Amino acid sequence: MRDFAYLRATSTEAARQAAALPGAMLLAGGTTLIDLAKCGVAEPETLVDITHLEGLDGIAVDERGAMIGALARMGHVADHADIKGRFPAVSEAVWQAASAQIRNMATIGGNLMQRTRCPYFRDPSNFSACNKRQPGSGCSAIGGVTRGHAVLGTSEACIAMYPGDLATALVAFDATVHLGERQLLVDDFFLLPGATPDKEHAIEPGEMITAVEIPASAAARRSTYLKVRDRQSYEFAAASAAVGLELEPDGRTIRDLRVALGGVATKPWRARAVEDALKGKVLEPDAVRAASLLAVEGAVDHGANHYKIELAPRVVARAILTLGEAA
Amino acid sequence: MTVRSIRHGDASDGGADAVGGRLSRVDGPAKITGAAKYAVEQQLEGLAHAVLVESTIASGKVRAIASKAAEAAPGVLKVLTPDTIISLRTASDWFGTPPPDKPYCPLARDITFSGQHVAAVVAETFEQAVAAAALVKVSYDETPAIVDLSDGKAGDGIPVDAMTKEWGDAQAAFASAPVRICAAYNTPREYQAPMEPHGLIARWEGDHLTVWEPSQWLDGMARTYAEWFGVPFENVRLVSPYIGGGFGSKALALGHGAVAACAAKMLGRPVRLVMTRPQTFTGYGGRAATRQTVTIGADHDGMIQSIVHRGVNETSIDGMWVEPLGSVTSIMYATPNFSSKQNVVRVNSVVPGAMRAPGENPSAFGIESAIDELSYEVGIDPLEIRLRNYAEQDPEAKKAWSTRQLREAFAAGAERFGWARRTPEPRSMRDGNQLIGWGVAAGTYPVRRAYGEAIVRILADGSVEVESSSIDMGQGTYTILAQTAAETVGVSADDVVVKLGDSRFPRAGVTGGSRLAGVMTGAVHKAATAALDQLVGLAISDPRSPFHALQANTLVVANGRITAPRGDGPDVSISELLESVGRDRIEAVGDTMPANSSAEDRYKNYTTIAMALPHTEGDYSRHSWCAHFVEVRVDEDFGTVRVSRVVSALDSGRLYNPKLAESQWKGGIIMGIGQALLEEGIMDRRHGRIVNNNLADYLVPTNADIPDIEVISVGIPDLHSSVLGGKGVGELAIVGMAPAIANAVFHATGKRVRDLPITLEKLI
Repeated sequence: MRDFAYLRATSTEAARQAAALPGAMLLAGGTTLIDLAKCGVAEPETLVDITHLEGLDGIAVDERGAMIGALARMGHVADHADIKGRFPAVSEAVWQAASAQIRNMATIGGNLMQRTRCPYFRDPSNFSACNKRQPGSGCSAIGGVTRGHAVLGTSEACIAMYPGDLATALVAFDATVHLGERQLLVDDFFLLPGATPDKEHAIEPGEMITAVEIPASAAARRSTYLKVRDRQSYEFAAASAAVGLELEPDGRTIRDLRVALGGVATKPWRARAVEDALKGKVLEPDAVRAASLLAVEGAVDHGANHYKIELAPRVVARAILTLGEAA
Repeated sequence: MTVRSIRHGDASDGGADAVGGRLSRVDGPAKITGAAKYAVEQQLEGLAHAVLVESTIASGKVRAIASKAAEAAPGVLKVLTPDTIISLRTASDWFGTPPPDKPYCPLARDITFSGQHVAAVVAETFEQAVAAAALVKVSYDETPAIVDLSDGKAGDGIPVDAMTKEWGDAQAAFASAPVRICAAYNTPREYQAPMEPHGLIARWEGDHLTVWEPSQWLDGMARTYAEWFGVPFENVRLVSPYIGGGFGSKALALGHGAVAACAAKMLGRPVRLVMTRPQTFTGYGGRAATRQTVTIGADHDGMIQSIVHRGVNETSIDGMWVEPLGSVTSIMYATPNFSSKQNVVRVNSVVPGAMRAPGENPSAFGIESAIDELSYEVGIDPLEIRLRNYAEQDPEAKKAWSTRQLREAFAAGAERFGWARRTPEPRSMRDGNQLIGWGVAAGTYPVRRAYGEAIVRILADGSVEVESSSIDMGQGTYTILAQTAAETVGVSADDVVVKLGDSRFPRAGVTGGSRLAGVMTGAVHKAATAALDQLVGLAISDPRSPFHALQANTLVVANGRITAPRGDGPDVSISELLESVGRDRIEAVGDTMPANSSAEDRYKNYTTIAMALPHTEGDYSRHSWCAHFVEVRVDEDFGTVRVSRVVSALDSGRLYNPKLAESQWKGGIIMGIGQALLEEGIMDRRHGRIVNNNLADYLVPTNADIPDIEVISVGIPDLHSSVLGGKGVGELAIVGMAPAIANAVFHATGKRVRDLPITLEKLI
């Protein structure tokens, strides 16, 4: 807990410039950053507080989609009537995340920047090796306690699980993140660890998340977020699925399907193989269960997290079938 | 801290003044409004802040501590290391066993567990101390650690002969029994995880030490501090106004307390030291990991012929903790043949400690799971098999129960739960994807008795004041002592002020083992009776009293007013009477110690547990009892277990305040749900370190995990157990919850989980 400079940004532009300086970090709700500072993981030299910037906390929903400002609070997004109506999976993902207290503080932009819960990442005084924290230092998790670690998208350098819920729903519905003028698919915003697990997001110095945009779709309107976890509340997913479904007018043939997984991968994980296997098919339990197994194609376990490979397809199948029943 | 009862205006307070009334917690408003000041929140002039540096290896030696950078850091006052900290004397243990004549250093050179205190940094501000502590570099010579019970180097451990219990010929009877059950049951390291972390403020004035510290035992901790520093017991004052949860973890003075008190002495300034949340997982012990093997031999009617029980718990390399694993095994069921033995195994861990119902809790997980397994083996309902093997007397002590309302608990719980509608086959109850299971298990906890002391004053304004060095960690001491004094003297509870949590007050022993309520209501009753006798005596005999002419033998005091028994005399308030006889107060000290107890006996009683009375003393065996009925819903695909219904019937004897007793029972049940489904210290075996050392990763239940819980009191007053007829409350209800849930999970799924917690990967 070393001394740091605190700077209250007066405009988005000023915030970007200040945050581009070495050692500077943006502070919004603080629910991740302050926590990591207490752990000794984040040691900012300057905190650029953006919570007073105006015009960044709006939530606008129309027939084209939703535009959610970076400073919108998680709690507001979860409770927003049009988000609930047109993007139920988004609302469900957010209200099942964290606790009410955290959702009231945390912002949508900050949520996308949430770091992993890997216990080795979070404890530098006891575990010096962490490629995410200190590139090239090694991975303490491999060979250690891995029950909560990823089975998809891992590398030899890092198996840390991406813990968020919201982004899982966002990648399912092709949402984009606005970095000022630049826009990126959320799916592209999150990076696989590969050899550089310290680089988690496709965001450059001087860039700042200003909004998240979710295009409207029939699949988004009929969607759900199913989160399976050890504890019923205030707990990360053992495995979760954001699923959207559009049926043909016959009411049984799948026209569009969106599937993304949470709690099992190093980033929000779009399961296109499941989507492709079922699009155009009749929605039928055995077919859904069989196709859902494709969600964990290529999964690699590290012992204690093997159950995720069993669990994730079951979560996907349940979510699809539940949506199908709700016809 | 002084707490006066405040009316809540809800119906629960109606007629609540007397013992047995449902008075709401009198300390509740102060806690809810934030007015309650906890120990480390005291504002003191010149306060310095200490932060601990802990070992990052589990076994080895400290080679060197590089502290120059920390010493030079802003605000740093001192860096304490084993070389620079002042030397203390070893203190006696909680039995009062004289300590070895050797120095004690709370900072370690020899490392026996990860997270051991190695150094401490004291600075002007907390932030400076934290920053400087990160600059202290410790190098080690590491040696291989024994990480847990399953470590190949752990061995079979040390036999604890005192735990051996045997009658009949258990092995032979088992060998010849027509039905035989044998299974191993394991419980992991569990942690008390109180909301308020451990910490203290220590201040020296000459050779007098004041310690503000959350404590379950002021007099015991004061003794330890006094012995460490070689000052008279009277020179140490412990102040512990409120306690944010203890669950057994705040009964003893611990190493971090010694560090803070040393720092305060060395600096000549008061010092605050508060553990971080991760440090609360290594700074003291949680519940030891345990293993038990339970074998039951029975006939085809489910009648038990033999129980053979073997238990193991972990302890530390240099400390001894015995978790008595045969404690429930030996008394729950009648059996002609019995054998129980226990070993302890040394591992590189902090010495384990007391956590809610130490011993009885894991013991019940073994025997109450095993008898459930037997019930399926012989095809007899799990409730019926428990009744068939009902112990009509204490099978171990061969004495009558003082009271045992367990049959009544089974009946009341089963009735309310609807047990008769249960279908016996596993996997026979279902709701969509949810498999539904119903389970039952019993629990028990011995009545621990000791002696207490209190002062009761009747003041000039007619109010009553009670003082005791006992404590209230949420269980309701302030409230029930107000009720006891109110009822005994004859005033409203509103007019009673209770002062607790200061070792300068009349003494009390440990608040643990569910003994405090019985001990202290007895002491307050005695002191209040003596004060009342003085009051009535004055009213009758003092020539200035309006009752003097009446020549009555006695008078009635009720609602703060004094009248003659037949109502044929004056009617005056207590304050009017005191004024008329020229007194500003009446004061009486009451204690429940045997007459002629020496000063040494008294000191021993209040500062050790050596004087506690055995629960089988005399002609009776004294225990609380309970029966839990649990419904679980297990998602067939996901393996997630949710408890959807709990009905528990409990026998804690007479309840001094049913509202508070029910609250404690429900707390125990909730903690039992956590133990069954969530709680486990997860070890990195390469480092011998618990990695889920925070409240996000060490899971305890949230509100969403807890269904409606119904508790039913089936107790009757038990005057063999306490002066007013109560038995233990706080420890009881967790006992038997984990096996009740495991038994329900078996009924739901057909899978028997014998390793806690029951996490989803064990069921998918």
